[in-house]
Amino acid sequence: MTDLYNACLSRAQELLKSGEVSRVVGWKKGEFCFDVSPAYFESAEELNEFTYDYFCGANLSKYLVQIAKKEGKSAVFLKPCDTYSFNELVKEHRVPREKIHVIAVECRGKADIKKAESVAGEGVLGINETDDVNLLEIKTRSGKTQTERRNILLTKCLSCKGKKHVAADEKIILKEPIETGSDRFAGVEKLEAMTAEQRFAFWKSELSRCIRCNACRNVCPACTCVKCVFDNPESGVAAKANDTSFEEQLFHVIRAFHVAGRCTDCGECTRVCPQGIPLHLLNRKFIKDIDTKYGEFQAGEEAEGKTPLTSFKEDDGQ
Amino acid sequence: MQRIGVFICHCGTNIAATVDVKKVVETVRAEEGVVYAADYPYMCSENGQQMIQSAIKEQNLTGIVIGSCSPRMHEATFKKAAAQAGLNAYMVEVANIREHCSWIHKDIGEATKKAVILVRAAIAKVKLNAPLQQGTSPVTKRALVIGGGIAGIQAALDIAEAGFPVDIVEKNPTIGGRMAQLDKTFPTLDCSACILTPKMVDCAQSDKIEILSYSEVEAVKGFVGNFTVKIRRKARYVDETKCTGCKACMEKCPSKKGLNEFNMGLNTRTAIYIPFAQAIPNVAVIDPAQCIKLKTGKCGICSAVCGAKAVDYTMQDTFIERQYGAIVVATGFKPIALDNFNEYSYATEKDVITSLELERLMNAAGPTGGTLLRPSDGTHPKVITFIQCVGSRDTSGCGKPYCSKICCMYTAKHAMLIREKYPDTEVHVFYIDVRTPGKNYDEFYRRAVESYGVDYIKGMVGKVYGENGKLMVQGENLIDGEQVTIASDLVVLATAIEPEPSVRKIATLLTASIDTNNFLTESHAKLRPVESPTAGVYLAGVCQGPKDIPETVSQASACAAKVIGLLVKNELKTNPCVAGANESMCNGCGQCANVCAYGAITYEEKQFRLGGGKTETRRVASVNPAVCQGCGACTVTCPSGAMDLKGFSTKQIMSEVESVCRA
Repeated sequence: MTDLYNACLSRAQELLKSGEVSRVVGWKKGEFCFDVSPAYFESAEELNEFTYDYFCGANLSKYLVQIAKKEGKSAVFLKPCDTYSFNELVKEHRVPREKIHVIAVECRGKADIKKAESVAGEGVLGINETDDVNLLEIKTRSGKTQTERRNILLTKCLSCKGKKHVAADEKIILKEPIETGSDRFAGVEKLEAMTAEQRFAFWKSELSRCIRCNACRNVCPACTCVKCVFDNPESGVAAKANDTSFEEQLFHVIRAFHVAGRCTDCGECTRVCPQGIPLHLLNRKFIKDIDTKYGEFQAGEEAEGKTPLTSFKEDDGQ
Repeated sequence: MQRIGVFICHCGTNIAATVDVKKVVETVRAEEGVVYAADYPYMCSENGQQMIQSAIKEQNLTGIVIGSCSPRMHEATFKKAAAQAGLNAYMVEVANIREHCSWIHKDIGEATKKAVILVRAAIAKVKLNAPLQQGTSPVTKRALVIGGGIAGIQAALDIAEAGFPVDIVEKNPTIGGRMAQLDKTFPTLDCSACILTPKMVDCAQSDKIEILSYSEVEAVKGFVGNFTVKIRRKARYVDETKCTGCKACMEKCPSKKGLNEFNMGLNTRTAIYIPFAQAIPNVAVIDPAQCIKLKTGKCGICSAVCGAKAVDYTMQDTFIERQYGAIVVATGFKPIALDNFNEYSYATEKDVITSLELERLMNAAGPTGGTLLRPSDGTHPKVITFIQCVGSRDTSGCGKPYCSKICCMYTAKHAMLIREKYPDTEVHVFYIDVRTPGKNYDEFYRRAVESYGVDYIKGMVGKVYGENGKLMVQGENLIDGEQVTIASDLVVLATAIEPEPSVRKIATLLTASIDTNNFLTESHAKLRPVESPTAGVYLAGVCQGPKDIPETVSQASACAAKVIGLLVKNELKTNPCVAGANESMCNGCGQCANVCAYGAITYEEKQFRLGGGKTETRRVASVNPAVCQGCGACTVTCPSGAMDLKGFSTKQIMSEVESVCRA
């Protein structure tokens, strides 16, 4: 177990023991090292299952919407990118700030199990840092493999938007953050360079794989409607026939519109998609357009204020 | 069971010439729910309305659709007729088959097809209409006039005369505006100040008028009858209540090199100043960009000499917030900048001046004491050439495409006054057309030509350049078909006028629309010329379009009549088509309040039953129906679809769209 894990665990134990918080929101070990799931812990015994490692990619902010309704204060571990979602939720009054104790936790990128398996083969037992900051070690049943960090990071980490936490009540940061991000809009620019027909063909092909499992929607920290329009027969867009027409897949386009200006680019949609659809590209196109038309804007950077799409300035682009 | 009646209007031949009205009637008769369909030459006529009313009664109609002109024209007429026949006014839909169809199409077949689609969409909508009741809102019996020129002054005086309090917000230190700068006025040649200053004094003396000079409108909230306006009172560094206007400070002020705005920069003024002798309020103001004390901390002479102890260098801008029932915009104009007109050498030759500068040079209170002298050397000009349409009627992109309207008349005035006062002066006028419609206007111009011997030359000027102390004006004489060059001593440019640039901000604050030339748009060019499309906002003077003093005063009085008509009411009927949140779906995210221009949305914590004896407290949006103007911005912003607009619900709109798509 790493120093970072130990630091997180002992701090969680302390917070629970002192009664400062009623529960700690974190990640729970699964059957395998890579099937970590979000969970909350209310006692020292429960914390036996707590983990924090390279597979803790999940953004815990959205769980706070429900958890904050419980009695008492809750502590939560948030990675830098997660704090943007958290601020956005506070801004939209979905999470009462005073009920949450934010533990800003170190992150040097999180791993994608599929990528790790493609590098080292099946039977992954864990991922560890090495003395070389650029290399990670994948431990499998059959041995150890070292690989470039970037080779096995989640897509969202490859365009990491910042190492800085934008919300924190305390910090657990043992090592210096490292640069994992590269050009955030390269993927969008590639799509923009296409003709309309090519782009339509691209999305038609990508979205045709969608099975409407709703994982993207359910994980999205910006999707916090009491009743989603897609679950509301009154909305006129729900319950479309499950046919093969492209219309069904407009779900994703509508969703992108609904989160436009509020999406922090946390990348969870793409991370959880079982079909590997690059859904984040839809959101990133909006982000890029907002940046160019209304000036640089990062949703979630502040926990208050108006967003470019719900305010008017005289020099706004047309 | 719905019983819909459809009434198709011919509008004489306006619709019937392009749309086969009978065919529309026969086609839509077959629509589900339609139990009655008919056509009539003029649905809006007494007979047409009676036809609608009898059908409502005889056929027990639950909703009606009128296929006619734009709802902006006659929706109110039809709603009233329906209500008189016992049908709720909000069960009426108008399909615009004139402006949206017959007027813009030529092919009868195509236009008829489109008319059917538009009427069908309205039928689809009316089936989902619900009867609505109008509410009421109170009226704040106080008016705001933005701009203290002759338009604002006249409007304020008329409103005050009817007994309502009025505030004039003027951004300059004094009211009076452009008219105060003018020398004589056409077509009667009476002195501008002599007729304006009594009105300024009336404003100051009226117990109903408060003049907020050196102030600007910062923010506007609310709606007709209930505006809340935040006004910035700029720091003038002189206490308005103490200053006696004695001018002792102006005599001693050592900083004397400020350009005198009132004299169009033709001479200088001190840093502490009163703009002109008849200024109202007659109170000094310090120009902070020029004042030595404010810039360096050293000086303070004006404070020392002020017997009234009125000077206060620490003064800061202050803000006041007031309630108004109506707002008159009278922000006026300025001459355009001449940067794009180098051919007239305005920037390089001192003796090339604008007409407004000439006004100051001829005015007894101007920099030359009313003697016409050249700015360059102070000599009497013997040859003066006027150039018309400088930047007006200009489609090249350098100037303005419109006619500034006042230049032909004031140039005739200038020419006449000069010839009268200095008969040895030669006066030429280059013009494209001379436009003098108006009572006694053409007579006035003819007098200039026939009695005063002013030389009018039809043709445009290509170039003005200095040569041997003369200004050479090179132009064409279209009548004689020759090029002419006139060696002149003074060249006067009839510079185009444009709306005072600050009007853009005012328009944004008031959500009043503005055209491509920055003129405020009236509600209807012919029938509602002084009303802005924003209810409760009225337009007076050049901010709405170029006009001269008589027209401005007429428009200002018309505005006042409209304002008085509004303020005498104790309450206004409100539009029942307002937004409302479905609380079971609202998650209180706050986006609707962000986009609400009227501040109609607040949030409250409400308890909801979850079933099983459990409850949950959630933050939900709450719309104040008296403040909501039904713009619908919130409904499209709400990601949950929790916000909806009565009378224009998402379901109604989607039903219309579906009906159109089915066609």
